[in-house]
Amino acid sequence: MKKIHIILLVLTAAAIAVLVSFLQTTTTYDTVAIAKSKPGKFVHLMAKWDKSEPMEYDAIKNPNYLAFTAIDTLGDKVKVIYHSPKPENFELSERLVMKGKYEEGQFVCQSIQTKCPSKYKDQDPSKHPGNKKDSAYNNTVARVSTVKQ
Amino acid sequence: MPGQVGHLFILVSLIASLTAAFAYFKAVQATPDAKAGWLKLGRMAFLTEVASVLIIFAALLHILYHHLFEYKYAWQHTSLSLEFKYIMSAFWEGQEGSTLLWAFWHCVLGVIIIKREKKWEAPVMSVVSFAQFFLATMIVGIYIFDVKIGSNPFILLRDSGVLNEAPAMHVNFDLSQPIRPDYLSMITDGNDLNPLLQNYWMVIHPPILFLGFASTLIPFAFAMAGIWTKDIKGWVTRAIPWTLFSVAFLGLGIMMGAKWAYESLNFGGYWAWDPVENASLVPWMIMVSGLHTMLIFKHSGYSLRSSFLFLALSFVFIVYSTFLTKSGVLGDSSVHAFADIGMNGQLFLFLIVFVWLPPFFAASTNQQRLIITGVTAVLSLATYFLAEKLPGFPLYVILGGVITFIVLLNKRVPSIKKEENVSSREFWMFIGSLVFFLAAMIIIFQTSLPVFNKLFNSNKAPGENDEFNYNKIQVLVAFVIGILTAITQYLKYKATDTRFFWNKILVPTIISALVATFILVVVKINYDVHGMGFLINIWLALVATVYATIANAAYIWVGLNGKLKNSGGSIAHFGFGLMLVGMILSSSKKEILSWNTSGIAVPFGEDSKEKTGENLTLVKGVPMQMNNYMVTYVGDSAHPKKQQTYFKVHFKSKKNNEEFTLLPDAFVNYKGNEGLMANPSSKHYWNHDVFTYVSSFYKPDGKSDTVSFKPNTVHLNDTVFYSKGYIIVEKLAAKDNLPVAGFSKTDTGYTASVKVQQLNGPSYSADLLMIRNQGNTLYQNLDTITSQGLVLRLDDVGGSKITLGVKESDDVLEYLTLKAYKFPYINLVWGGVVFLVIGSVVSMFRRIRLQRLKAA
Repeated sequence: MKKIHIILLVLTAAAIAVLVSFLQTTTTYDTVAIAKSKPGKFVHLMAKWDKSEPMEYDAIKNPNYLAFTAIDTLGDKVKVIYHSPKPENFELSERLVMKGKYEEGQFVCQSIQTKCPSKYKDQDPSKHPGNKKDSAYNNTVARVSTVKQ
Repeated sequence: MPGQVGHLFILVSLIASLTAAFAYFKAVQATPDAKAGWLKLGRMAFLTEVASVLIIFAALLHILYHHLFEYKYAWQHTSLSLEFKYIMSAFWEGQEGSTLLWAFWHCVLGVIIIKREKKWEAPVMSVVSFAQFFLATMIVGIYIFDVKIGSNPFILLRDSGVLNEAPAMHVNFDLSQPIRPDYLSMITDGNDLNPLLQNYWMVIHPPILFLGFASTLIPFAFAMAGIWTKDIKGWVTRAIPWTLFSVAFLGLGIMMGAKWAYESLNFGGYWAWDPVENASLVPWMIMVSGLHTMLIFKHSGYSLRSSFLFLALSFVFIVYSTFLTKSGVLGDSSVHAFADIGMNGQLFLFLIVFVWLPPFFAASTNQQRLIITGVTAVLSLATYFLAEKLPGFPLYVILGGVITFIVLLNKRVPSIKKEENVSSREFWMFIGSLVFFLAAMIIIFQTSLPVFNKLFNSNKAPGENDEFNYNKIQVLVAFVIGILTAITQYLKYKATDTRFFWNKILVPTIISALVATFILVVVKINYDVHGMGFLINIWLALVATVYATIANAAYIWVGLNGKLKNSGGSIAHFGFGLMLVGMILSSSKKEILSWNTSGIAVPFGEDSKEKTGENLTLVKGVPMQMNNYMVTYVGDSAHPKKQQTYFKVHFKSKKNNEEFTLLPDAFVNYKGNEGLMANPSSKHYWNHDVFTYVSSFYKPDGKSDTVSFKPNTVHLNDTVFYSKGYIIVEKLAAKDNLPVAGFSKTDTGYTASVKVQQLNGPSYSADLLMIRNQGNTLYQNLDTITSQGLVLRLDDVGGSKITLGVKESDDVLEYLTLKAYKFPYINLVWGGVVFLVIGSVVSMFRRIRLQRLKAA
């Protein structure tokens, strides 16, 4: 066997080892109940914002603190803490993918990905800004809602 | 009308490209007498294809330019306020337009091949035309037995289904009725180009990137042509310049994307290991491996099989990247993939066919070819029906194609029995190519996690730190590749005399050691977020890439006597090394400037457990300390036509008196997108950038806020009245030690707890902090009780008396939250890319020159 073949085998084996170890680091997409069942473990929580519960965000006091309640498709709820500004399109989102850990009764997340209703598929063109049918469209900036009790 | 013309020519293009592929195929297979006829037909068919693509291009451009909103493409991608320069961006925002752009570059490259590559024209153009045929099917937009083939860019809005759910667009506002004849009068404006894409990079980056994409087909086609026409070795010389071209332009296209991401998108950097980025990086890496194995073959006769394999895989992965970005499979994991438009099956078929094309050409007899064609057809159908039932089946179909190709290569392509000398250039060059190729494989495996989920019905999500998963491996690759790039040029093909090697490489090695030591000791890299092990790897990679940079620069003089025309390789390697050094330095020394020490500085209160945040709130007109700067949000100005706001943020350095203003901007609630779409703004220095973007902002409606703070001097437990109630100072303390960044021993921190009681309402608490040093106020925090329209601050403390600043207004404050980074040495990255591209192009011209000399 040539040296180059030995090197080829060694490097390929190393690459496969890397991939296997990579697979060990992967996590899962979970529901609230499952996330709660493994506290301290990093998961991707799939849920949406529960609008019936208060959301806490005050950018002047602290732009890096958002707290709200998430509810998943099974109806389970969990309090979510996010140490970053409120994501864009948060109010509009129909689904949130939250990466983080369930710890001490709340879900502390590192990042939130918002999934919004597709802009093109579902939107009624007559509701589109700029179209005549929709003179009521207004440009007001979304107010930062604050619950401070 | 332009739509009908456009669609007609899509059909023409479909037929012409298929005819060209077939005619060129026959031209290769036919007897010498019949050859000329088929060649002529192939050429005519391809020129018809070129003309059709140009007409389609023009027709679509016409529709966009004139905002013909009856066409969905124009409605979806443009609006009346869209600037002229972005019409082109709108053109390739959609899948159909980008496919068309790709097809356009294939045409350009095809014409050059017809002109230049006489001997190879027929086989190469057969492959090119065949690829062109597949691209044409992607925009044809017809249905065969309910299966949608392609997506037609010329579809009318009323036929596209967009209006089906809109009652206002139907007769009698009834969805079951047909669409109103005058529906067009209600569509006065289009959806517009995604605001994030309204950027000059979007005008120039896609054409270059797609030129790079298209160019990978040519080396692939040459490799196929070589094994097909049994000229197993002859194609390499002709293909090398094309490969260099591809390396240069695909690389440039990718890095322009990186520059765009850095300058205009708020990803906080130039590279995020996003699947879409990786999907185009991987073919480039394989192409680079292929280029090196071709050079090995040309000079030593080794590595021919790997050249075939790498060039074939490079294009296969281009097709795979198209599948990833256009099929919607990345929906959850990428920020900039296209949405699914129902073409997954077709895109996957494209992939299967181009995976099984290399075995088709590598087959030695026509009978074998027939069998392979049959197998491909059966497997394609089987994939369609079995993909859901047999987990992983599509993957096995792909792997089957690759393995069949390798088996056939082993049979058809000779290899040298004699072992390479360990002191030879080819030995180390091959190891380098192999490492680079495997690195690419690891990247694409990690990227394909969502695909594996689909294939095996699994539920795997990326790990806790996805970027680190890439970085921790690629930093080792950078180390190995860096060392190999540095020394390999100093080795000779066949064998190298040891003394000769050391004589030449000694001085560059010493200089590199000095420079690397300087960087590690003086500039310092202390990125220990991921532990000491990773930090050491970063140091090693830095040393290796510095070595690569300096050794290659030196080689231009030491090895090539300063003849720049001949040193394309060294220039490219120098650029590559420089780019890696820049990446290592800029990533490991990236600093967040906007650490929020205000919100959490207060050492008491409900949020005390909180981590420091990365975003800083700036209230309009109030200077805030951020790192070494005093930063003030001065004001904002709006774009005259769009809901785009430019924020004026003023920086004043505390070290020297340097001042500057940055203008990060954002689209606010743009066309139904609630929230911000921010574009960053940077201050460039020679050795670093100050990079900022607005992460959120709030502006009250109506009149501007002119109310100022009213001072109230009170004792502890005194009451201050405001319009809705009263305020009581409950606690006061002076502390000479606070857990606040930058708090020095001579500073004193004053904290006050304040209770705000609304009459007949709830009460609120506020925590105020002021830091002083010898009478100078260094810092005051603002506490806002939004529901009361109240802002409080501690203005002065003297004995038991304090001055409480109270500001009351209907609409509290205008503010924004800012995220700011310091990106050091970012220019090394961009400079490195420039040298990499220039070097590759210089090399390409040298190879073309050598071909001419040989021919003459």
